[in-house]
Amino acid sequence: MLRPLPRTPSRLNRTEMSMRDKIWQINWSLIAVLTAIAGVGFATLYSAAQGSIEPWAFKQMIRFAIGIGLMISVAMIDLRFWMRHAYTFYAIAFVLLVLVELKGTIGMGAQRWIDLGFIQLQPSEIMKIALILSLARYFHGAGQQEIGRPLFLIPPLIMVFTPAILVLKQPDLGTAMMLVMSSGALFFMAGVRMWKFVVVIAGAGAAVPVAWQFLREYQKKRVLIFMNPEDDPLGAGYHITQSKIALGSGGVFGKGYMMGTQSRLNFLPEKQTDFIFTMFAEEWGMMGGLVLLGLYALLLAYGYAIAIRCRSQFGRLVAHGIATTFFLYFFINTAMVMGLVPVVGVPLPLISYGGTAMLSLLVGWGLVMSAYIHRDIPISRRGMGED
Amino acid sequence: MYHDNDRSKLFSRRAMMLAGGKAGLMGALAARMYYLQVMEADKYAVQAEDNRISTRLLAPPRGLILDRNGIAMAVNQHNYRVMVVPEQTPSLDYTLDALAKIIAIGDGDRSRIHKEVRRRRSFVPLSVRENLTWEEVARVEVNAADLPGVVIDVGQSRYYPLESLGAHILGYVSAVSENELSGDPLEELPGFRIGKGGVERIYDMALRGRHGTSTLEVNSVGRVIRELERKEGEPGLDLNLTLDMKLQEYAAQRLGEESAAVVVMDIHTGDVVVMASTPSFDPNSFNRGLSNEEWKDLSTNPRSPLTNKAIGGTFAPGSTFKMLTALAALEARDITPEMRVFCSGHTQLGSLKFHCWKKEGHGAQDLVTGIKNSCDVYFYEIARRVGYEKIAEMAKKFGLGAPTGIDLPGEKSGIIPNKAWKKATLKQPWYPGETLVNAIGQGYVTATAMQLATMTARIANGGYAVVPHVARDQISEKSAKSRATPSWPSLDVSRQSLALVRKGMFAVSNEPGGTAYKARITQEGMWLSGKTGSAQVRRITLRERETGVKKNDQLPWKERDHALFVAYAPEESPRYSIAVIVEHGGGGSAVAAPIARDIMIEVQKRDMARVATDASGEPLNPDLRRF
Repeated sequence: MLRPLPRTPSRLNRTEMSMRDKIWQINWSLIAVLTAIAGVGFATLYSAAQGSIEPWAFKQMIRFAIGIGLMISVAMIDLRFWMRHAYTFYAIAFVLLVLVELKGTIGMGAQRWIDLGFIQLQPSEIMKIALILSLARYFHGAGQQEIGRPLFLIPPLIMVFTPAILVLKQPDLGTAMMLVMSSGALFFMAGVRMWKFVVVIAGAGAAVPVAWQFLREYQKKRVLIFMNPEDDPLGAGYHITQSKIALGSGGVFGKGYMMGTQSRLNFLPEKQTDFIFTMFAEEWGMMGGLVLLGLYALLLAYGYAIAIRCRSQFGRLVAHGIATTFFLYFFINTAMVMGLVPVVGVPLPLISYGGTAMLSLLVGWGLVMSAYIHRDIPISRRGMGED
Repeated sequence: MYHDNDRSKLFSRRAMMLAGGKAGLMGALAARMYYLQVMEADKYAVQAEDNRISTRLLAPPRGLILDRNGIAMAVNQHNYRVMVVPEQTPSLDYTLDALAKIIAIGDGDRSRIHKEVRRRRSFVPLSVRENLTWEEVARVEVNAADLPGVVIDVGQSRYYPLESLGAHILGYVSAVSENELSGDPLEELPGFRIGKGGVERIYDMALRGRHGTSTLEVNSVGRVIRELERKEGEPGLDLNLTLDMKLQEYAAQRLGEESAAVVVMDIHTGDVVVMASTPSFDPNSFNRGLSNEEWKDLSTNPRSPLTNKAIGGTFAPGSTFKMLTALAALEARDITPEMRVFCSGHTQLGSLKFHCWKKEGHGAQDLVTGIKNSCDVYFYEIARRVGYEKIAEMAKKFGLGAPTGIDLPGEKSGIIPNKAWKKATLKQPWYPGETLVNAIGQGYVTATAMQLATMTARIANGGYAVVPHVARDQISEKSAKSRATPSWPSLDVSRQSLALVRKGMFAVSNEPGGTAYKARITQEGMWLSGKTGSAQVRRITLRERETGVKKNDQLPWKERDHALFVAYAPEESPRYSIAVIVEHGGGGSAVAAPIARDIMIEVQKRDMARVATDASGEPLNPDLRRF
């Protein structure tokens, strides 16, 4: 019952590809865009350290080099491998999450990572990828009729909300929100009916007062201060006020590289991590900010193009899921530093100083590339080569 | 396969929808960037500068105060402070312990530092002790290696090298209080001091100068990164006084332990050459901070060392007032100079008996002998003729009953009573007997030494309303201009009357039998003319009068008469007037006149009119340095 696909070159129309074929398929321009963004990060970290590759820029370069290697390795591996082991990864990520939760409880405080010596691993970052993989796998095997059945949606919802609640308990509101939102996008892409989203969003809106009760004091404070940052100019509102001052004073063309007074004089908090965009925009102005936004948009477009060209639903959903997660990263981060959304701890992807986010993002793009390389491989509903 | 194609289409459709949503959100980001970086950019640029730039005021050095010959009276001394920067110390206690081995640190200082260190950021230096001596500074510097975080800082503090000499004129400086804020930003500076009392207060604005600014780049916690701009302020103007501190020193020594006031002034210019008030105090002790005991001693001393008695002490002028009674009577033409009054030792007014100070009486007295002998009966008689109101009027013309207008704070007006005054303050009518009592400077009449010196100056200069002052230049906030040669308004008192009164004053000092004859000046060209006064401070009862009035030295200090003497010199061409008041000193002729004589000899030896031009006065104390 095989029907040849006219748009596919015949030599790729098979389930097994040689390593040489795959190398040919590596998406160098995607890597170029990633490198350009990471390069912006290195330059900004160099500036943040007042013209020194220590302590941030050099380490970040090493991580990026490792990450690119990891990414290509991930891209080489057959997409079906990732599908087959999606639930395994999910289980591992889940266990790690529970572990940090337990450790955090014992240590009487918030704990978000596991120290592996060379890197401080954040299970929540792994979960972002693992959740996309397992949801893609779940929906890959589902027909249109099944997706219409409410009961069918129960397992993926559990899959989303258990880790989200664990992460929320860490407490890490930003990551929990990202898990829920990127999953929502996957549900949407998988074909869940529009009205169901309307109901859920309406229900969530109604649940806000209830959820408010469960927020920690500092989280409530953050939200309240977001509403009116000037209320607390020296306390929690300080970050956002100073961020707006630094960014706004950059103007159209910025103050010049390494000449950002606000970040240089430490008015800007956490300039190497969550508020790095502010520093960049202070020094490079709106023009710099728009160029960076353009680079992100380009990356996003790549993700979309790959997703649409994928023959398998799994590939499509993974590519789109990763692209969406990536979008959420930079949207939440930049919107936060510009005072559009509350301050939540979300790094600027590939630019903020930090190991796990960098590696998990590059692994994520590795999966997107894997989806690209294996775009024409049809995957059966059970995960085999044939449908 | 069929349904997968379907799913692909659905996926593409929904991907477009989500991509549209994402594009919209990115548009929002770009719009927000535009809003913050273009539309609001100016506002944030200003806020960023505000963040970054901190302007600090620089206090200019306070103007010096010098006497007329350039002797420094108020200077600025380096105030060496030892400071500690907590963040540079391994431990604050360790450093303080090490420091305490080298210089004395009180327990109070320690607990204050510990309190402050909690409130301040760790790079802000904390003052450990102020006013270090050079030796202490040297000891700290030598041990600098063992004192991490310890720095020596130089500020300025006011120093009065002449100590108690002239303290009342100088006043002092101290911290600004809430209600003294005038809007000058300098006042907000911690540790800034303004003039309080004396010329420090009157000329404070000129002395303090104008603030400079230092524009600093600071980081988010206020640490100074660098100085961007520095504008030095304008130092305060130096203030030259009319006083001659050598004479002042002489006068203070001459007054010795007495509670007394002396004023010597130039009768033509109004320059106050000497203004002494004893006992005095050392204004530097206020800078150092007075102990409770010191303060109690100063504030409860019956001889009130803190009061400038020359302008702030009011005394009954006694017989020194008689010139005014004489002038009033002469000007009103109610008497002639030749008119004689017979003094039998007392006079009768209705049923009341008014005594002359000389029990046995002076016999027949005319104007000149009346003044020469200070005959009370003569003045009772002419006062009765002219009436009290005209006497009061004359007294006011000559500067009594109102502040003279000298450029010093705290001047008292004294009292020249009249009917209206008595009605208003005592709610009583004026009794005829009061005319007699007040006409000889007793009763309600009171005056300051400054007023009496001014009165004498006006008599001596031919009836011109000279006003005393202590600043040699005309000082405004911005500049000091030489005082123009004054042309004082005339008092409209005839030259003949004044000449007659002066004749009487000459007789007092230079004719045998005059009340101050014993205190005359014998040096040629320096003769003085004066008038004694002994102001009674207690009531002499009829009984006491019968048994014999007690001598002053038999009485407790507080009940003794005030001794007064006013004079001018040199006799031929008057230049200086003097007023001496010795509180409870006894008789004017015995106590006050000799003091006035000695001081006037010194004044004329110095010959201010000449010395003032060559400004070569040698310092009183050769050790004094100008800082």
